[in-house]
Amino acid sequence: MVKLKLHVNGRDYELDVDPRESLLTVLRDRLGLIGVKKSCGVGECGACTVLLNGVPTDSCLTLAVWAEGQCVRTVEGVARPEGELSPVQRAYVEAGAVQCGFCTPGLVMTTTAFLEQNKDRLASVTREEIKRAHAGHLCRCTGYEMITEAVELALGREVKGAAECLEISK
Amino acid sequence: MFDIQHYYKAESIAQAVEMLAAHPGSRLVAGGTDVLVKLRHFDDKFTRLVDIHALPELKKIAAQDGKLFLGSGLTFAETMACEAVTQYIPVLAEACATVAGPQIRNMGTIGGNIANGAVSADTAAALLVLEPMLVIQGREGVRRAAMEGFHTGPGQVALAADEVLLGFEFDLAGLKGLGAAYYKYAMRSAMDIATIGCAAGVKMEGGRIADLRLAFTVAAPTPLRCRRAEAASLNQPLNDAAVAKIIAALEEDVQPRTSWRATREFRMRIIKTLAGRMIAAAAEGAKRGN
Repeated sequence: MVKLKLHVNGRDYELDVDPRESLLTVLRDRLGLIGVKKSCGVGECGACTVLLNGVPTDSCLTLAVWAEGQCVRTVEGVARPEGELSPVQRAYVEAGAVQCGFCTPGLVMTTTAFLEQNKDRLASVTREEIKRAHAGHLCRCTGYEMITEAVELALGREVKGAAECLEISK
Repeated sequence: MFDIQHYYKAESIAQAVEMLAAHPGSRLVAGGTDVLVKLRHFDDKFTRLVDIHALPELKKIAAQDGKLFLGSGLTFAETMACEAVTQYIPVLAEACATVAGPQIRNMGTIGGNIANGAVSADTAAALLVLEPMLVIQGREGVRRAAMEGFHTGPGQVALAADEVLLGFEFDLAGLKGLGAAYYKYAMRSAMDIATIGCAAGVKMEGGRIADLRLAFTVAAPTPLRCRRAEAASLNQPLNDAAVAKIIAALEEDVQPRTSWRATREFRMRIIKTLAGRMIAAAAEGAKRGN
């Protein structure tokens, strides 16, 4: 066992972990952060994406010990403390970009990092850049178009049809 | 839980070399995007690990005396963001950008991409064209090896069990005037493995080809330079007839195979098409200065 210090969603943790454990299992099984989804386990689908010091990372292919001393952000740390959705989460709802929802926590993390990285040039971000930044995620339901629209909404752009989706989701 | 039988955390390169020597059968893990996948698939060749993940010593970037050194532990994303790379050897950044998706590029390393011996390694064709020296640490000291010939077979490289690839040393002076381009042909533009990867480097002198470097991945059991095609290009003007001659010679250089991804015939067609396109793109780059 190895001592591991983690800063997760604003809280400090000190854990004894097995070096064979992935960050994914530590987050899910030890800290109860089950918004982090386990799916392919080999870095293909992106469902387990968390932010490691702000950088989108497949937690299934990250040994927990590699996160020593780092800041981890999961979907549980995105909403406001009272449960109010973050602008990115709201955009996913408004664009109808969530169906079964399994890929959503990972995608929300990538979009969150994408907005932070591009905060000084939101107006000039292209659709191609959005697609490239989110290419490490698989979604079996939505066909990606609504996800791209969600990111555009989060960028503060008007998206055709988004209001309609919001009506349906009410 | 990964099926790791023995785990040794190296705090330095020297320690990693000692650990590799002391524990026969152990393998290095850096970014983990390949080794941990192999473990998920219960590959028992990777159950003893020496961990060099994020070692600061392997993240060195140094430009001096006309040389650029890139540490093997730099991730694809770090390499793409490196100013010296985008300024002097942009084709390497282009190749890194074609690797998998963002999360893998944030973790996987350029050293691992070469040291794991993958025939489809996205950086391999670009590196074969850029001709860096590989800097390798062993127990007896540091040695240098050429990029060409480093791959010895599918998944195999000329690296002893107790050696660590420290990084790549580029001769920037020698690369002056070389235009270069890379294209990855795959079924999807993300999260896919190359069906064929092609890089070309071209230096022109007085309207004639002074230096052609043509490299492929997945076109033979190892990434390779196409020496016959290159020889056919010498002192040729860059026109359709010359390119046709180069492409004809190319057929003798490559040995594509049939796999579930593509047939031998289809791969050969892609190889010939990409050769023409990449030579043109590289020559265009030489005019612009990269």
